[in-house]
Amino acid sequence: MEFISDHLLTLILFTPVISAVILMFIAGDQDKLIRWVALVLSLIPLTLTIYLWVNFNPDQPGFQFQEYYTWYSPINASFHVGVDGISLTMVLLTTLLTPLCILASFTIKDRVKTYMILFFLLQMGMLGVFLSLDLLIFFVFWEFGLVPMYFLINQWGSEKGTRTIFGRTINARTYASYKFIIYTMAGSLGLLLAIQMIGVVTGTFDLIELFQMWPSVEGVVLGIPVSTLKAAAFWAFVLAFAIKVPVWPFHTWLPDAHTEAPTAGSMILAGVLLKLGGYGFLRFVLPLYPVESQRYAIILGFLAVMGIIWGAFSAYGQTDFKRLVAYSSVNHMGFVVLGIAAAAYAINTQDATIALEGAVLQMFNHGLSAAAMFFLVGVLYERTHTRDLDKYGGLFALIPVYGAILIFTSMASLGLPGLNGFISEFLVVRGVWPIFTLFTILSMLGLFFTGAYILKGIKGVLHGPLNKNWIGHITEINPREVLVIAPLMILMLWIGVWPAWILDVINKAVIWFYQIN
Amino acid sequence: MSLESIIWLIPVPPLLAFFGILLLTFRNRGISHWTAITAAVLSWAASLYVLWQVLEIEHFAEHPITDSIPWLPTGVTWLNIGIYFDTLTAVTLFFVAWTILAIFVYSIGYHNYGQPEGEHDKPGLPPHGATVTDAHGHTKKVMSIEPMYARFFALIGLFAFGMYLLVVTDNLLILFVGWEIMGLCSYLLIGFWYSKISARDAMIKAFMTTRVGDVFMLLGIAYLYSATGSLTYQDTIYNPEVLAQLASAPAVWGIFGLSAAGLIGLLLFFGTIGKSAQWPLHVWLPDAMEGPTPVSAMIHAATMVSAGIYLIIRIFPLLSAGMEHGHLTPTMIVVAFIGTFTALFAATIAVAQKDIKRVLAYSTISQLGFMVAAVGIGAYVAAAFHLVTHAFFKALLFLDSGSVIHGVEHGVMYTDEHIDPQDMFNMGGLRKKMPITFWTFLIGGLALSGFPLVVAGFWSKDEIFADAFAHRYWAVFIALAIAAFLTAFYTGRQITLTFLGKARTRAAEHAHESSWVMTVPLIVLAFFTISVGWAGIPADFPLIGGLIPNWFHEFVGSSLLEHPEAVEFSFVPLLTSLIVALGGLTLGYLVYRKVEVDEPDPLAKVLGPVYTLLENKYYFDELYSYIFVRPAKWVSVSFSYYFLDRKVIDGLLHVVGMFVGIVGSFLRNYIDKPLVNGLGDFVGESTKKIGIQSRLIQSGRVQQYMIVGLATLAAFVVLIYYLVVGAR
Amino acid sequence: MQFPVLSVIAFTPIVAAIFILLIPSDRKTEIRAAALAAATFALGLSVWVYFSYDVQASGYQFVERYSWLPQLGISYFVGVDGMSAPLVLLAGLVMFTGVLISWGVDDRPREFFAFLFILATGVFGVFIALDLFMLFFFYEIAVFPMYLLIAIWGWKVTREYAAMKLTLYLFIGSVIALVGALGMYFASGLGTFDMIALESANFTATFQKIVFPFVFFGFAILGGIFPFHNWSPDGHVAAPTAVSMFHAGVLMKLGAFAALRVGIMLLPEGAKFHMSWIIILTLVNVVYGAFIAFVQTDFKYVIGFSSVSHMGLVLMGFATLTSDGLLGAGVQMFSHGIMTALFFAVVGMVYDQAHTREIPKLGGVRIAMPLVAVAFIIGGLVSMGMPGFSGFVAEFPIFMGLWDSYPWIAWVAVISIVITAAYIIRIIGKVFFGKIPEEFKEHLHDVRALDKVALVVLSAVLIIVGIYPTIMVPMVQSGVENVLRLLGGA
Repeated sequence: MEFISDHLLTLILFTPVISAVILMFIAGDQDKLIRWVALVLSLIPLTLTIYLWVNFNPDQPGFQFQEYYTWYSPINASFHVGVDGISLTMVLLTTLLTPLCILASFTIKDRVKTYMILFFLLQMGMLGVFLSLDLLIFFVFWEFGLVPMYFLINQWGSEKGTRTIFGRTINARTYASYKFIIYTMAGSLGLLLAIQMIGVVTGTFDLIELFQMWPSVEGVVLGIPVSTLKAAAFWAFVLAFAIKVPVWPFHTWLPDAHTEAPTAGSMILAGVLLKLGGYGFLRFVLPLYPVESQRYAIILGFLAVMGIIWGAFSAYGQTDFKRLVAYSSVNHMGFVVLGIAAAAYAINTQDATIALEGAVLQMFNHGLSAAAMFFLVGVLYERTHTRDLDKYGGLFALIPVYGAILIFTSMASLGLPGLNGFISEFLVVRGVWPIFTLFTILSMLGLFFTGAYILKGIKGVLHGPLNKNWIGHITEINPREVLVIAPLMILMLWIGVWPAWILDVINKAVIWFYQIN
Repeated sequence: MSLESIIWLIPVPPLLAFFGILLLTFRNRGISHWTAITAAVLSWAASLYVLWQVLEIEHFAEHPITDSIPWLPTGVTWLNIGIYFDTLTAVTLFFVAWTILAIFVYSIGYHNYGQPEGEHDKPGLPPHGATVTDAHGHTKKVMSIEPMYARFFALIGLFAFGMYLLVVTDNLLILFVGWEIMGLCSYLLIGFWYSKISARDAMIKAFMTTRVGDVFMLLGIAYLYSATGSLTYQDTIYNPEVLAQLASAPAVWGIFGLSAAGLIGLLLFFGTIGKSAQWPLHVWLPDAMEGPTPVSAMIHAATMVSAGIYLIIRIFPLLSAGMEHGHLTPTMIVVAFIGTFTALFAATIAVAQKDIKRVLAYSTISQLGFMVAAVGIGAYVAAAFHLVTHAFFKALLFLDSGSVIHGVEHGVMYTDEHIDPQDMFNMGGLRKKMPITFWTFLIGGLALSGFPLVVAGFWSKDEIFADAFAHRYWAVFIALAIAAFLTAFYTGRQITLTFLGKARTRAAEHAHESSWVMTVPLIVLAFFTISVGWAGIPADFPLIGGLIPNWFHEFVGSSLLEHPEAVEFSFVPLLTSLIVALGGLTLGYLVYRKVEVDEPDPLAKVLGPVYTLLENKYYFDELYSYIFVRPAKWVSVSFSYYFLDRKVIDGLLHVVGMFVGIVGSFLRNYIDKPLVNGLGDFVGESTKKIGIQSRLIQSGRVQQYMIVGLATLAAFVVLIYYLVVGAR
Repeated sequence: MQFPVLSVIAFTPIVAAIFILLIPSDRKTEIRAAALAAATFALGLSVWVYFSYDVQASGYQFVERYSWLPQLGISYFVGVDGMSAPLVLLAGLVMFTGVLISWGVDDRPREFFAFLFILATGVFGVFIALDLFMLFFFYEIAVFPMYLLIAIWGWKVTREYAAMKLTLYLFIGSVIALVGALGMYFASGLGTFDMIALESANFTATFQKIVFPFVFFGFAILGGIFPFHNWSPDGHVAAPTAVSMFHAGVLMKLGAFAALRVGIMLLPEGAKFHMSWIIILTLVNVVYGAFIAFVQTDFKYVIGFSSVSHMGLVLMGFATLTSDGLLGAGVQMFSHGIMTALFFAVVGMVYDQAHTREIPKLGGVRIAMPLVAVAFIIGGLVSMGMPGFSGFVAEFPIFMGLWDSYPWIAWVAVISIVITAAYIIRIIGKVFFGKIPEEFKEHLHDVRALDKVALVVLSAVLIIVGIYPTIMVPMVQSGVENVLRLLGGA
């Protein structure tokens, strides 16, 4: 027990790797065994995280459960991890979604072992980003997460579909996965350079030191005025995170990746991977570049609003259900970025606090609802083998339970008051209003069309005259699937009705981390 | 148990019923509806009990019951939520409790509980009726039970919860929560028969149209919150200092020269426009009758649209903030205009509708217009009063129409005629067939048209007239008068076409009175339709004035910051309302007294093209579809997705990708091979001989290689050696 | 006196070679066994050297010195420092795995292994030599057998051309370097080839400026510096698998290492003077190599040009003349050596069965040989500088070094990372995961157990260094200290 509480974060971080190793030693043909082992193993980090949540003291400022090991001494990069309220929520989200994703993947038939191993590696990568307190370690996990995701999309994605680029027709999933990894890596190049630059200038990668040092660096280094250097580095950071979030207009990899990814892949992609970007803004951009953030906040806010609006429009323009849900992510994550931008602009105000709270909670909420939506799309796809909204029709009559769940989840994603989405969106709107009034008003257009595309989805799947083809061919959602979705639904309702339990943690963290008073 | 805790609990039972039915009892119809009814009764009892209690309290109006708990941590502060029970809450709760209970009970009958299941019935479609064989082997078609019976009760349970929540809460945020939950319920219930295309479209139309208002309302809430740091009534709109400060502060960018209070009020009022179906967002309400009739009653009377009015009455101080000596604030002028215009506009449309429910739908819009107008001109109490009376008589009228349709449908089943059971021109002479329905409908109708003295509608409407007149808002006064006349006219028309004369179809002949589950609620509502009026008889009304004190005015009025004085009595408004009411009714009767089978609407001859215009509701649906819906679709599909994302952004990426390839092959083919390799090849050429020799060598044996190798090596050593020694 | 481990490592191969030549050529199994035994022995010793090198003490260790040609000041003088110790290990690993991979060589294996081992001796020799003459001596021994190995066992189509080209480039290079070296020898006036002595010869700045290019380029040609890189892709393509492994994995390091040892360390002033423009050449290497690799359709050419690009990074690291840059370069030499050896091993395995290296013609290889696919993916991740693998550990400091010296170079060079990623991922997708062509369906089969061992060993090293850099970085750092000392602090 002593050992556990001393190395809690390392345990949470590396249990997935150990799990992956354990899986390696199971014969590849033992699909059933592998699935169950994977599920059980994936519950360990969750348990540890709950233990972490319980023992985490929100009132104590600063990072908790810190651990420190030397890693790359010559350049002063060390393995330094710790959590505060912001990362804690993200960690909870990750460790919560992973078992659900694995449970959702029980229908995977092809190379189950490899699939599960990749999934664990992916989880490790994501957790690492949230936990690391060292810029270099952060980057290590940041990049590493791409690889398993790439293979999940490229290998287990949907076989159907093609894209034509310059007359060459290529497999859609190949295109999507390639776009995903290359785009994201290209986006991270600037981040890499900026990190190296910071390392050279300050001689350390330790965040806690950097938070103190870096903003106060002035004068001329490397023969370049620091202000220019910082501005460049700022944009480098922003670009990397903006692509991940994704902020309009860097979002086009997302609909492709989501649409082609296997169900669980989309779940984790929308549920957690996008959050890495938002978390990047919160953890690195704002504290490291307070001045630049404030200076360029308007641009960021503008892009966020564009994302909210065009994301909603594009979602409304889809006939492919999964693509519709994918675009909804662009729309929802827009609110995260909007909140962050506003906060950056007016840091140290109560509005900023509320906006940041909203942003963090919105990340968590979107994690829940997007994952749930993608799962439901997957459930439908496994039965009908189509994602075309025009091909369903009136299924509510055949699968009422599924229908009810779909409506519930859709409403959560629509931001219906009483469910989680509303709380965060309200907080963001409330926080942003006095700072970027015009943007807030514009974002309402997006909020309106959120309703439009959500209803379009429900309409296409559940309502209207029953499409006779499905009679006898479509089965009601099964207990395993209900087991996947139930925890998400409970959380949606819980946060919607009684947000204080999580919001208080976030709130205190925000106040401490951004020294708002 | 303290009053506070009871008030906290008022909304809970319907919610529990919702979850209970959905998760547990949905398989058993009986238990399901009993769960719902029990819940409704509990909330009803709780409401009335609290109401009874507060009547005892001295100066209750000045000291409303409040209680709150922290809910949202916002930085260093918390956002509290709680309950707020003042006189307005009391009267609203009164009609809400009664109408909801009535509707719940009525629904049992309406959905044919106890009838057999139809053999062709499917979930998502209205029941088609069942064929039963009686003892003598005669088969006959009878009404069949609703396939989704339990689900219906679950949903109206949630609906009721939304309304109760909205009424008892003490802050705009939770009000918005209830508001939106009702939005969801209306969506789900309007589309209750989701397999019908018309229902499916109507449900989306309703949700989206009201959502237009809601997003503005959300802005208003955000604005109010950031301006005052709170959302509770007592800290914001009922707090003089805050109000004064809001009234003096200019709005963001000083837009329209409004004060902050003005803009907030306006934004919130947009919410009302949506929910209470005011022009220009009225289009969804008439289509809302795609749902089962109890739902229409729910939406039109008990809950949804009333919520909109409740909101503006609630925020009246905000609207009127900065109003000095009788000059309306800009916001109030807007409100008054929208209300008045809607009242008139909807009334004209109602005149030309054939569908019994559609007429009522437009009458609702029109009546809500009256209330909004009343608030707009500051006749706050009158609006509240009319809200209450309207709730009762409109609930009554809708349930009546439901009963009528039910009766006619029964006739249709019996005769197998293929007619629209909702078209008034297919009815007639139902008076004798369905007496209870007739009499209750008559009461409701008279109330709607403001028939003097007897019914509540008269008193409330009269008060609005009186107010408009007293404060000399002639435009409002005249417009409303005309609207009232039209109202009376189409009500007369409706009653005449439906009940009087003789049956115009065989279905109508074979219609019969509905079961007691449906008629009892009608009677109850009819009772209140008459009696609530007595609560608001002006003190100085001739003859009967003062017999009963104008309780309502005292009670509700006193909840305001400054107590509005009762307007002094004048005969002009009274006479006006008498004339328009009686005149309209009589005219309606005379015109439609003897309409024959398949005879077109007499009015069509008189009005000609205007009639077509009215019949098509001024083509607003078509207009919106052209200027909003289609452009939106185009923007999302063609522009946002295919052009912006696929063409521009993706195109850019692909070009970049291609660029790498181009550069690569350029370097390889034009630099690497010719130039860089050139060097190597030149060397290669110049030493071809060696190449040839080497080819000879390869066929040899290892020893030879060794020799060659060692020779070369030796050569180097020697070279170095001599270089060095030579240097010595 | 202590056990002369370095000499034993260096001469084990050549002794083995002679021994092998004594075995009758038809006893192939024995030949292979002998080769494997020798390789294993050498590897074991180099591992031992690596781990028993005392990082704290730093400096040259395991030093042996026997005077050889005293009148010329030539002595047999060997030892390793933090820079060369990893390279000795590298050579050991590549030799070992190379033998494993070459198990299948059926055409005159006796001679093949013999030459391979002569080559190995040369390689070890260069890494451990502390005497300039010795260094050259071993250098020639290393370069010479390449010719025969390629010309005899190489790819029929281009082996003549490639072998000739390679030999010419390298001999010319070494001659140029030799000129410079002799220049130093005379200019120093110490009358010794002892490099440690020469380190403190403090040549005049002008002299250094004149001589440095000779020495540096003479060796850097073998390091594949632009525009003298072209022998290497052609050589790779033509060479048989094991030779390619040696060639790209070790031989190119030989050039880079010698350029450091003889060029930078002995002529620091010259280095400081010339690096400002040399670094641009290395930049060209990095970007240009990546771009060209991107458009190659021949599997082996892709790897070949990727080597050009990566070796560019090594030389770039040198050129920064900063602590970080040199550190990165040192690690990169090792990392790239292992990585590219792994690559060529994989390519060889694919080619042996598919008999084509045309990427568009290949596909679905993973189905037949999953482990090979995994190995290639790991190699690929290393080469695209994916964190968690040795490539990142190496490239990151190089870029930091650039920031410290020529920031704008960093901005350009970084492009290569994503381009590398692009072509590596494309190959992974096409060759290993794409649809398997009909003609391969039946006759693609999994690789030998020995091959698997080789792949696993190489992959494991890449990962270990990646996730636990502390295993190598401090040692290299100690070597860097030494270089910096000569460069005058910094």
